[in-house]
Amino acid sequence: MSSKLRNFFIDNAVVILFVVLIAIAIPVSGLPGTFLMQEILTRLGRNTFLVIALLLPIMAGMGLNFGMVLGAMAGQLGLIFITDWNIVGIPGLLLAMIISLPISVFLGWLCGSIMNLAKGREMVTGFILAFFMNGLYMMVVLYAMGSIIPIMNPELLLSRGYGIRNVVGLDGVRQSLDTLIPLKIAGLNIPAFSFLIIAAVSYFIIWFRKTKIGQDMRAAGQDRAVSGAAGIPVEQTRILAIIISTVLAGIGQIIFLQNLGTINTTSSHEQIGMFSIAALLIGGASVTKASIPNVIVGVILFHLLFLVSPMAGKNLIGSGMLGEYFRQFVSYGVIALALVLYEWKRVTQENDSRATLRGGGAPAAKEAKGGAA
Amino acid sequence: MDSAEPILSLKGIGKSFYGNRVLADVSFDVGAGEIIGLVGENGAGKSTLMKILFGMPVISETGGFEGSIYFNGKEARFKTPFDALDAGIGMVHQEFSLIPGFTTTENILLNRESLNSSVLVDVFGPRISTLDRATMESRAKSAIAKLGVTLDPNMLIKEMPVGHKQFTEIARELCRENVKLIVLDEPTAVLTESEAEVLLSTLRLLASEGIAIIFISHRLREVVELCDRVVVLRDGHKIEDFPAKGSSTKQIASLMVGRSMEAQAKIDAASAARSTQSDSDARETILSVENLWVDMPGETVRNVNLSVKKGEIFGIGGLAGQGKLGIPNGIMGLSPAGGSVVLNGTPVELNAPRAALERNMAFVSEDRRGVGLLLDEGIDWNIAFTAMQVQNQFLKPILGGLFLWRSDAAMSNLAEEYIKLLEIKCTGPGQRAGNLSGGNQQKVCLAKAFALRPDVLFVSEPTRGIDIGAKHLVLDTLKKYNSEYGTTIVMVSSELEELRSVCDRIAIVYEGRIEGILPHTAPIEDFGILMAGADRDETTVALVGGN
Repeated sequence: MSSKLRNFFIDNAVVILFVVLIAIAIPVSGLPGTFLMQEILTRLGRNTFLVIALLLPIMAGMGLNFGMVLGAMAGQLGLIFITDWNIVGIPGLLLAMIISLPISVFLGWLCGSIMNLAKGREMVTGFILAFFMNGLYMMVVLYAMGSIIPIMNPELLLSRGYGIRNVVGLDGVRQSLDTLIPLKIAGLNIPAFSFLIIAAVSYFIIWFRKTKIGQDMRAAGQDRAVSGAAGIPVEQTRILAIIISTVLAGIGQIIFLQNLGTINTTSSHEQIGMFSIAALLIGGASVTKASIPNVIVGVILFHLLFLVSPMAGKNLIGSGMLGEYFRQFVSYGVIALALVLYEWKRVTQENDSRATLRGGGAPAAKEAKGGAA
Repeated sequence: MDSAEPILSLKGIGKSFYGNRVLADVSFDVGAGEIIGLVGENGAGKSTLMKILFGMPVISETGGFEGSIYFNGKEARFKTPFDALDAGIGMVHQEFSLIPGFTTTENILLNRESLNSSVLVDVFGPRISTLDRATMESRAKSAIAKLGVTLDPNMLIKEMPVGHKQFTEIARELCRENVKLIVLDEPTAVLTESEAEVLLSTLRLLASEGIAIIFISHRLREVVELCDRVVVLRDGHKIEDFPAKGSSTKQIASLMVGRSMEAQAKIDAASAARSTQSDSDARETILSVENLWVDMPGETVRNVNLSVKKGEIFGIGGLAGQGKLGIPNGIMGLSPAGGSVVLNGTPVELNAPRAALERNMAFVSEDRRGVGLLLDEGIDWNIAFTAMQVQNQFLKPILGGLFLWRSDAAMSNLAEEYIKLLEIKCTGPGQRAGNLSGGNQQKVCLAKAFALRPDVLFVSEPTRGIDIGAKHLVLDTLKKYNSEYGTTIVMVSSELEELRSVCDRIAIVYEGRIEGILPHTAPIEDFGILMAGADRDETTVALVGGN
């Protein structure tokens, strides 16, 4: 029994650590329960889709897709255009998604192709690729828009006449998904339609795993050489995983931003990769294995900690800055921690499984151990 | 056995790589249900021949081949391995090509899964359909049934014993609808003797159902036992093609190496000569091991006690997986270990490879490519590396000893010396170790250990996967080194004959313990009894039927 309990702790080390942290931080922060509940519901609707976008590349053995930022850029371009054209509500969001689609597919194909050249180093490749594409995105948004790409609405442009303003208000589409089906339970606003979309994409992922191409993705994720020898088009399958991930990230970013109601033109997309990945890891996922429950648990835990840590920091130390610092610390630190814990877990399990093989099980072995020391 | 029309007919196959001829005018037929043993030394052209048969891209990239292949009555020139598979030729490779996290079924049907039909297929193509797991399982089961063994269709590959993996691979080839010929490359190399026997009877069963088999193996005993005919290749030529029945392993071996039995006779003579001089009882003990346990995956040592006399060649044998490999790996600190190891009266620190090396022990690992060599470095670096790291050899002091500077010239000289001594076939001391053949890599590993001038030298599976010529040279070198420098050698090998020809005393390991120690002159039956533990039949069941 005790070994079972121990295994449970080892299996869920990351999740347990964060549950404990939050259990301490919530009372210290002094934030009311209803506020937290409402925030979590909102944030679930806002972020879950983005985190789900990470699942397929993990299945395809490509690790955490830091390249999802590329999709977020595509989503933002779509939103900037519909804001300029003043298309509001659900049609506006749909059009933004349609605009983002070819851009996401192209960027995903590019990203996947480059990752195929850097097999085994997909994570850092995606990370750097996101930095590189950020430069191109900035060029498009700050120079091309308003000069080469026509922008009709002068309010969107910087005063110099070209380039998009730092903040773009999305008043036309603000929360139009979340409030499409108005639902209020016990005084809490529930973004029912966003949840339905999340349910649909979750179903898509589950169904996709069962398809032939999903099976190929799993195979390629475990052993590229064997899969290739069996005739599975490994490179093409990997590119497809990244394309789907990028497209989902684009749509996810649109859902994320319609909830917030504004775009930070130059920075909204930057943090999204980091936050989504941190949330997924806190949910108990690893570089090689992730599921939909990991996504949901991760989003809840990550955002709870995100919510309560500034207040907890302020109440403990008396400085709001500390809370802000703590947010940054949490999101970056958590990725490092989850990766380290994942490795520790792997080693522990390996040692555990071999425990009976050590020391021979004979009484003589104990003396022997002493002798060696 | 021979049907009127052979399934496969090779006519005048020849191939050269960049003007270097590796195959010349090789012709033979394989009939339906016939088992052909294809033997030859490393580099005799076996793998090139199979690459040609399978249409590997490397063949057409280097200018194609001469001659023609007739498969199933038609001339066949496969452009890719997939064409060969479609035509009905299956291949079981030496290394497992299975996906560890997939079940038996998923592996058998990898990329040939049964699919549910779906309207989406018209839009997105067949890869969008979901898998039909029920049909997949029944297809896998029927393929397994042809083998005559039991495999759990839902077991993950990574949880399987090694023999089951091999059967899964064969089942995968059988699962193709039209398979007529299966090529097996060293299928028994990773199996224990009893697992290998089950495999051989499976192959006989397949042949009786009309499937032709090409069996490539270094284990000549199995070739003689299993095959209908034996084809011997040497230096790219077909030397002989004769019925296996009535032939002997000695006969095949001499055809392979093209030497007379001279070499073999030499070994026998040496062995006889040694029996007179092996009065090892009188000598002092150099290494004593007590209650050693080693956690080496697949080779667990539970409780080993033994002592090695100064200047002797001590053999450690036993079946695969019983723990013989764990002993040197534990003593040298490469696997977690406990117990006491005493060298020259002082205990050796375990779990610390450097400490073991500093005590003047050296190890030639069975894992040549993983542990033994720096594959991307030259021969000179490889040979000098350990000596430089541990004993500060090949370093010259600069500024009165403030810095130690590597002496490339000294390393190069050392490498030249060993290249000559051990007949390492290479382009020079700078050639990358990864580009050498298996036998030459082993020689480099030996040279690396010799460069340490060790008191005790552990040699693990020194002849695994290398050809007969290189084998003799490696064993002769060990014996010579032992007699010239008085170095104590502990040799671990799965080939009993090899141990008996080289060692003074041989310990047999069974289930992680020493089952017994015999002089090399003891009759082979005595060794057999020790290898099988107390009850031979029980062992066989545990090894093969184990689930």
